[in-house]
This record gives sequence, structure tokens and C-alpha cells, in this order.
Amino acid sequence: MSKRSWPLWEVFIRSKNGLHHKHVGSLHATDSQMALENARDVYTRRNEGISIWVVESKSITASDPAQGEELFEPAADKIYRHPTFYKLPDEVKHI
Amino acid sequence: MSTKEALFDYVIRQADNCLILGQRLGEWCGHGPVLEQDIAMTNIALDLIGQSRSLYQYAADVEGKGKTEDDLAYLRDVWQFKNLLLVEQPNQDFAYTIARQFYFDNFNFLFYQALTESADEQLKAIAQKSLKEVRYHVKWSSDWILRLGDGTDESHERINRAITDLWSYTGEFFNNNEVDNAMIDAKIGTDLTGLKPKWEQKIGSILEEATLEVPAGEWMQSGGKEGKHSEHLGYILADLQFLQRAYPGAKW
Amino acid sequence: MNTTELERDFQNKIDNEIRIEPKDWMPDNYRQTLIRQISQHAHSEIVGMLPEGNWITRAPSLRRKVALLAKVQDEAGHGLYLYSATETLGIERDETIEDLNSGKAKYSSIFNYPTLTWADIGAIGWLVDGAAIMNQVPLCRCSYGPYARAMVRVCKEESFHQRQGYEIMLTLCRGSEAQKNMAQDALNRWWWPALMMFGPSDSDSPHTAQSMKWKIKRFTNDELRQKFVDITSPQADFLGISIPDDNLKWNEDEGHYDFGEPAWEEFYDVIRGNGPCNAERLNARKKAYNEGSWVREAALAYAKKKSNSENLVQVA
Repeated sequence: MSKRSWPLWEVFIRSKNGLHHKHVGSLHATDSQMALENARDVYTRRNEGISIWVVESKSITASDPAQGEELFEPAADKIYRHPTFYKLPDEVKHI
Repeated sequence: MSTKEALFDYVIRQADNCLILGQRLGEWCGHGPVLEQDIAMTNIALDLIGQSRSLYQYAADVEGKGKTEDDLAYLRDVWQFKNLLLVEQPNQDFAYTIARQFYFDNFNFLFYQALTESADEQLKAIAQKSLKEVRYHVKWSSDWILRLGDGTDESHERINRAITDLWSYTGEFFNNNEVDNAMIDAKIGTDLTGLKPKWEQKIGSILEEATLEVPAGEWMQSGGKEGKHSEHLGYILADLQFLQRAYPGAKW
Repeated sequence: MNTTELERDFQNKIDNEIRIEPKDWMPDNYRQTLIRQISQHAHSEIVGMLPEGNWITRAPSLRRKVALLAKVQDEAGHGLYLYSATETLGIERDETIEDLNSGKAKYSSIFNYPTLTWADIGAIGWLVDGAAIMNQVPLCRCSYGPYARAMVRVCKEESFHQRQGYEIMLTLCRGSEAQKNMAQDALNRWWWPALMMFGPSDSDSPHTAQSMKWKIKRFTNDELRQKFVDITSPQADFLGISIPDDNLKWNEDEGHYDFGEPAWEEFYDVIRGNGPCNAERLNARKKAYNEGSWVREAALAYAKKKSNSENLVQVA
């Protein structure tokens, strides 16, 4: 059954120059060219974009939420990476 | 026939082509083989009906009798419609729909491309705008010819039957009638016979890539441009015009 | 972590308005409830194309025709977004669709009623889309991320649907006597089915409490129904047609409209498959799917041939 389904693709759209491509959803298509055209027909009917990326869903590797603690929490206490960590007198401007 | 009358007929013909084919594609909405393609077909239908509206509005201007786009679309009878016979042929299955679209899109592209050189500014502007849409239609229907022709045995057989059955409706694309001749003389229209080699070349190369052969049939149907249609058009108009006919003068 | 801890963490997230994403741990019931609800919602969009779709060829003006085509097409898009959301829960679209075709999955009963006149297209846009929007807006804050995001998109696109419906009604009601009668007839037929779209009364709605706790649902059926009546009644007054409910009356003390009880027997009958168009709708869906299978297979076969030949070129 699933062998006969069209593969799933993830769609990313740049809404205007200067902005990142942003994930907008997914669709089915038999190849990358059809995926692009389907994305155009499905996700840009209201002028939502000027550029499209598609990638087959199975090609995406995602981090595991169960590893969230070891992956992301160690960054939480590295407050010296943020500008507000450094105290300067108000008189100093443009810094 | 005055140039004005010829121009009206010329514009109406193309408007009718777009409306009737758009109407046919609209029948697919909700019944397509897969959601993504259901949506794609409706996009094409919307493009075509959009083109027909611009053309009807212009035809109404040319005629100068204060009519609207809807008067022209809804209040003419079969013999007053000038569309090509091909576009009124029934959807049947996805293969017939694709074959019809493929033949028409390729013609439509060449026709609009020629009209971008028209001496008539309005027609030229409509052609320029429409050409962008039709370029995508050509791509879509050509891609499906490839997929169906070179897909499975069943799809090959179905698309082969469809391109063969519909072949006889392609001849009238390239016949210049009285209206065409008047438009050629006025430098508004294009010599349709000149589009034929380009069309044949494009069709031929796609069909070949799709492992299909250009149909060999030589007999060509014609009459659409003179208002002599197949029986299908009467039924199309019965649906299309029902409310306007049942409630004369009502606003919707 | 054991299951109890996982469940406690899960509920904590929901209580704190943190969205659940596809790869997060979730209780099996939550997953099953979502699969059922989102796929039903998707099926409703797709089946919902049929009653309106059959008026595309008969729309009374070119302006109405393109608006209706675009609207019905949007519903295909909405079905697609929602099927995508169920796919994030591990169910392929084709599987979901097969459940619809086999009669195992349900869809909104409203689409088992026929569209008899052009005014039905107005009434559906105004009442059915109006009720749908009322259900859907809270779902934009649903606890399951992909569902909530799909609903944001759906709601944004749907904003024109109700307006086009009301505009159709308004044009009819400002038109000839015959047109106004057509509009009244449509309101008579669609009013009660529209009220039933919110589902049974809270006292008869077994899933409500759990779904509220999981924030899959934000308001009860009766709350939404009341809101719908409160908003719609003045709109009917403006049209100059009357809602077919003798008990409908503004209640000054409550600040709400009082209204009658829908005929729930009919509701359950339609759900059981006995509505006027159940068989027709399902057959149309099955026909489209089955007759499309050779097309889907051809496209797959073609793509496979092409990628094989590309690989050959690379090897060479």
C-alpha cells in the first residue's frame, strides 16, 4: 500500500527577497520538479512567495526531543554570550 | 464584413475558447486523481476564465452596444459561440483531459505569442498578460503527456487513445477564415497557417519523448469558428446559462 | 522516565500553553484522538467540495464563477494541509483516504445535504462556513503544533468564503421576489443542519471534557452554538429573511438569543448514513480516487524510470 503512495515533500517559501525561506507545509509529488510545481499551485495561490525550496521529507534528519536537555539546556547558562552580561556606564555611547 | 465586426468576432472566438475550456476544467474540481492535481487544474481553469473575462469585456467595448461580459457569455446561443470544437469535447478521463489541454495549450501559446505583435493595443496587452499563464499551462500538460505516455502500459494505452481520438479537432486551429483574413489585413491578427509548423514541431517532439506517435489521421473536423458545433456545446450552455435564462434580467 | 512522569510532563506543557510537536512524547489516546479529529476535519473539507462543486458550471455570472471555483479549490487546499497534519502523526494520506472510502471514517454531516438552488451556495458560505470558522478559530491555538499551524493557514484563507456567501444572499434578498424566496428557502433548509455542525449538546458529548483538558478543544459545543446564533441572527435580520425557529428571541437578561433545540434524531440519522446524499457523496469520492489510481501509478512509474536513467548517466 504505502509503496504506491507518492513521496512526501516539505515546502519552504521565501515570501520576499531579503527573508529566509520558511517552512510552510508539505505535499505529495513523484519527483522534485513536480513537487516544485505542486508547491507553486498549492502554497502560492495568494502571492505568498517568490522562491520555493522542496525537499523530500525522508531526507530531513531531526533532533530527538528526548535529547533536548543535553542538546539545548547547556546553552542556557552561558549568559556571557549576550551583550547585556557586560556592564558599562551609561555615559559610554555607541557600544 | 467591417473590420470592427471582424474584430468583435475574432475576440469573441478566443474568449469562447477560454471560457468553454475553463468550464470543462471546472467540472474536475473535487474529482481529480490526486489533491495536488485537482488544485493545479482549477488554477488553469481560473486562468482561462480570467482571460475570457478580459476578452469579453474588450469584445463588448468593440461592439459598442453597452453589453457586459456576462451578456456575452450568458445570452448567446450555440450558433453564436465561435470556440474551437476541441475545447468543448468532454473530459471523459484524465487522459482525454490532458490530450485536449496539450493540443490547445500549445496552440494557445503560439497564438498569444503572435498577438503580442498585434497592431491592436488592447489585444496585445491581453496577449502579453495571458502568455505568462499559458507558458505554465504548456509545461503542465506537456509534463503529463510524458508521464502518461512513458508511465505504465495502461497509461500509455489511455493517452494514446486520447491523442488519437482528439487529433481530428486540431486541424481547424490553422484554418484562416474570412475573419482571420480581415484581421491579417488589418495587422491585428495572425496568419494561422504560419503557426502550424511550430505547433507540429513542438507536439511531435513531446510525443516522441513520451514514446507516443503523432496520430496519422488526415481527416479534420471544422466549423467551430463559424458557429457549427458538436452536440456537446448545447449541454455546456444549458448548465452555464441556466440561471440567467430562468430569471431574465436578474442581478446575481 | 516512567509513563506517569511522562504524562505529568505532557500535561504540564499543555497547561503552560507549550505546543506539542510531532516527535514529542504524547499519550496514545491523545495521538488517536488527534488522528480521528484531524482526519475527519480533512475529509470534511474534501467531501465539502462536492455540494458546492456541482454549482461551478452553473454559477450565474463570471465573477461568481471564479469566486466559487477559487473557494472550492481552497477547500482542496485545506484538506491537503490537514492530511499533512495527520501525516506528522504517522498516518499516510492514502491510508486516511481509504478509511473515508471504506466508510470507517466520518466527515461533517452537513455535506450530506443537497444544494438545490444557487441560494444554497450563498447559504453555505454564510452559515456553514460561518459555523466552521467559529469552530476553527479556537483551533489555531490547539495544543498540537502542526494542527494549529494548519488552522492558522485555513482561517486566513477562509476569511473570504463567508463574505462571498453573505454577499450572494444579500444580492438575492435585494433582488426580485423570486430571488428573495430562493434565499428564504435556502435559509429554511440550512439553518438547523448548520446548528448541528457544533455537535451534540454538552451533556451528550462524551469526548468534550478530555479534549478540553488536552486543549484540542477550547470551547464546548453549546458555547460555540450560542455564539453562532448570537452573531447570525442580526445578519438574517439585515437580509430581511427569517430564521425558521419560533423560539428564537433576544433575551435581554442573558444578553443572548434564546433558541430552539435542533432535531437530534435527524442528526444521528444522518451520521448513521441516512442523510439525503450520504451515498452519493461517498460514491463520488470513491469514484475519483479509484479512477485516479492509474494516473497516480503512471506518474510514479515515470518518475522511477527517470531517476533510474539519471543514475545510469551518473555511473557512466
